[in-house]
Amino acid sequence: MADEALFLLLHNEMVSGVYKSAEQGEVENGRCITKLENMGFRVGQGLIERFTKDTARFKDELGIMKFICKDFWTTVFKKQIDNLRTNHQGIYVLQDNKFRLLTQMSAGKQYLEHASKYLAFTCGLIRGGLSNLGIKSIVTAEVSSMPACKFQVMIQKL
Amino acid sequence: MSRPAYRRPEYQKINKDLFVLTYGALVAQLCKDYEKDEDVNKYLDKMGYGIGTRLIEDFLARSCVRRCHSYSEVTDIIAQVAFKMYLGITPSVTCNNASRNEFSLILDKNPLVDFVEELPAGRSSLCYCNLLCGVIRGALEMVHLSADVSFLQDRLKGDKVTEIGITFLKKLDEKKYRRKK
Repeated sequence: MADEALFLLLHNEMVSGVYKSAEQGEVENGRCITKLENMGFRVGQGLIERFTKDTARFKDELGIMKFICKDFWTTVFKKQIDNLRTNHQGIYVLQDNKFRLLTQMSAGKQYLEHASKYLAFTCGLIRGGLSNLGIKSIVTAEVSSMPACKFQVMIQKL
Repeated sequence: MSRPAYRRPEYQKINKDLFVLTYGALVAQLCKDYEKDEDVNKYLDKMGYGIGTRLIEDFLARSCVRRCHSYSEVTDIIAQVAFKMYLGITPSVTCNNASRNEFSLILDKNPLVDFVEELPAGRSSLCYCNLLCGVIRGALEMVHLSADVSFLQDRLKGDKVTEIGITFLKKLDEKKYRRKK
């Protein structure tokens, strides 16, 4: 759908805009990832509300994670998460072998170090979605080889 | 090729919500970063410009528009093809002056403000959708048309409709192509 192009371009502009204003000294460097993640958080909260308006209550944490991997990921990124692993003690690893926001970049090592900038928003998206489903978490991401990436979700037991 | 899986209609709407919500989060963040409305407007316009310069390629690849011969054709295509393709709305076009280089797009529905009720307090001169102006300006520049694009009226500021004004600046240069070597 054409909407996708708009979101991809907007996301890329946001990332470069945040980092450009960091370069000009308006904001410290470390805050960039936080800013992007917070924006993702707000969007994730809003999205999950609209999403789960009519769905049945989730049975357990694993059910929620499966929902994120299947329906949520499919709607936002047009594909499912390729691999979900858990240690059944609150840590989940979501692996996407062809992450939509990274496919536009060259698949070699050239942009590997910059890839994490493009994952911050999505980390926030997941964290925001989980938060509005009643789960407090910390989400981090890593890229070992483009365009595959892993999102690690650590559930915070209150 | 496998048939695409049937997606519930509300999922498609949620996809559009993703863009609208992201845009809202962006504007909210900008309002936190910049105190003056003009700075936020300028930043949105700049971002839109960057998006427009790339969006035009996507647009030309998806649509089969033929070469335009007049500014009013260009404006019609922006309203009837581009807006429909990316935002799902069709603004109406009016021409504002006799020399036919000033046009207005009147939007009676604007999906970008779906979740916005009113501008935040103290932000009365914020052009919430200024990104759109930048996008149009950037896209036009990539097809060698320079234009000034700005919001003439805005529903969020209390006007009756939302109106985007496009003023084409230079005349389409025809002499270049007729030069004999």
